[in-house]
Amino acid sequence: MLEQTPAHAHQFETLEQQREADTLGMWTFLATEVLFFGGLIMCYTFARFSYPQAFEAASHRLYVTYGGPNTAILLCSSLTMALAVRAAQLGRRKATTALLAVTALFGVGFLIVKGFEYHTDYVEQLVPRFRFHWEGADAEHAQLFFWLYFVLTGLHALHVTIGVVILAIVAILSWRGGITAEKYVIAEVAGLYWHFVDIVWVFLFPLLYLIGHR
Amino acid sequence: MSHTIVPTKTYLAIFGALMALLGVTVAVAYVDLGEFNLAAAMTISVVKAALIVTFFMHLRYGQKLTWVFAGAGFFWLAIMLALVMCDYTTRP
Repeated sequence: MLEQTPAHAHQFETLEQQREADTLGMWTFLATEVLFFGGLIMCYTFARFSYPQAFEAASHRLYVTYGGPNTAILLCSSLTMALAVRAAQLGRRKATTALLAVTALFGVGFLIVKGFEYHTDYVEQLVPRFRFHWEGADAEHAQLFFWLYFVLTGLHALHVTIGVVILAIVAILSWRGGITAEKYVIAEVAGLYWHFVDIVWVFLFPLLYLIGHR
Repeated sequence: MSHTIVPTKTYLAIFGALMALLGVTVAVAYVDLGEFNLAAAMTISVVKAALIVTFFMHLRYGQKLTWVFAGAGFFWLAIMLALVMCDYTTRP
């Protein structure tokens, strides 16, 4: 079946043109994602400059020992993702499949660490509304910090989850021979999404875990 | 163009730089620089993001139109942050 499909869809002149259109579409989506997270970052910026002491005290309740290794996990996943796209460009089916699977597993690893971290936050009574107890000054705005923390990391975790599903699908496609040196763009596009999710975390990590000096 | 195949060595070098910058950003957070802690952390994050976008996301090897689309997202984000902070910082 796969051999019978034409190299490019009928609305495109060449495969190269189709590839460019596909990547441009993903970049357009990512531009909307920048503004989606950007609105929340704006909200965060406003609150942080308004209540600097409360935000610093609240941030120090988070563990760099969770956030730091998780950043490293995502950076590793970005490397394996880049190498997966490279293997796809070279038409190395097994390497592509394996690297995509490893990238997805890094994503799962990130989510597991995040899960343990959320559990710690719960045990330490840092979950706004649901289970929140604050000994220090300005509990109201410390709680505001944790609202932003849960919304930002929660939405990011949702993006990681979607990314893992996409990577799993692309890995299966690759395993079945659906990705060739000519038609590798699906790996490229999935990679763009995955790297974007990594970039979001690159900003969230210092903004949430490293406020002021520890 | 977009099908440029980047050497593995380049990817490994970028990865090394990203991990080193992660180390630096954590180390800097334990030094008291006053207001400059935030500036340092954000500068390092921007450099990391730029490395990922340029090399891992192949912006360097892509068509010019992709630059425009990628740039637009960050440009509008900059407008939002800058104008809101202009208002915020100049209120009595």
